[in-house]
Amino acid sequence: MRRHLVTALLVLAVIALFATPLLLDGGSEYAGTDSQATALIEESDPGYEPWFESVFSPGSSEVESGLFALQAALGGGVLGYVLGRLKGRRTAERVPAPPAEP
Amino acid sequence: MHIAEGFLPPVHAVGWTIAAAPFVVHGARCVVKEVREHPESTLLLGAAGAFTFVLSAIKLPSVTGSSSHPTGTGLGAVLFRPPVMALLGTVVLLFQALLLAHGGLTTLGANAFSMAVVGPWAGYAAYRLTRRLGGGLLGGVFAGMAVADLATYVTTALQLAWAHPDASSGFAGAAAKFLGVFAVTQIPLAVGEGLLGVLLFRVLTVNARPELERLGVLRPAPDAPHALSRDQAPALSRDHVHEDQRAQASDAPHGGER
Repeated sequence: MRRHLVTALLVLAVIALFATPLLLDGGSEYAGTDSQATALIEESDPGYEPWFESVFSPGSSEVESGLFALQAALGGGVLGYVLGRLKGRRTAERVPAPPAEP
Repeated sequence: MHIAEGFLPPVHAVGWTIAAAPFVVHGARCVVKEVREHPESTLLLGAAGAFTFVLSAIKLPSVTGSSSHPTGTGLGAVLFRPPVMALLGTVVLLFQALLLAHGGLTTLGANAFSMAVVGPWAGYAAYRLTRRLGGGLLGGVFAGMAVADLATYVTTALQLAWAHPDASSGFAGAAAKFLGVFAVTQIPLAVGEGLLGVLLFRVLTVNARPELERLGVLRPAPDAPHALSRDQAPALSRDHVHEDQRAQASDAPHGGER
């Protein structure tokens, strides 16, 4: 019982950690730090020209978020599969042994 | 922590690639060796890779008003030691560079160095130190995951400062600027990643105890049914477990039945 309580509190803490910024400051853009760094380079080093282009760029932000979702889904799927198998294995181990020989 | 494609001068791009390459090659060897010698590790290796895959796909908001993504490399570093993550982290970065225009091929070396080399090693060091100081497994995991995340972003900031020093204040000024963008935003994310790691390890310590004992993450409990050396039963044969349980139930000395 206590175990479940600790798990629930941990999950709540994670959610709170990432929900708080959204609740506190709804007006922010939440730009990615990667693009902020790129902007910073362009600002402080205006003469710098990127010398290589991405081999493939998703055409639209919708396609891009779709591909990010795909990446998360692949990872989440595999992680769930592994945890499920481990859990199933443990359950199988706890099934009582067949009646012991006399 | 993804330095965008083309945003490192060619000399830096080549230099970081040369610096990261031996770690990645060594990591690949470690993965192959681990799978060959301990096929039962494959599941957990998959979990470590998958964890990095999920976490680095998700951009999370931070109190600084910007968003960034966790790295998830601490899990594999704690479980399998850092070299394994040099390969797994680089695979993730390659996926993002090729399909998502996130990071890039010319910056792959630098990004791999921060996320797949420095992050896992720093996280592993924090994990070991915490355990040495009596922080326990979950405390160590929290420290390892959080430090792996944060160290990655600090490295990126320093890499960028080195490549693009400030016109007036030089490297130090640029480092302060890039650290302001990356490191501060990352602190809440690192804490969140540490908590996620604790959640995951709470599941693993219950369900993957034999693997964790073999990897040295958990000390074999003398009274647990899995306490017998797994070297003799690498495939986790169910019969062995039952035999142990029967031996315990009848209070017979170990090996009495065999």
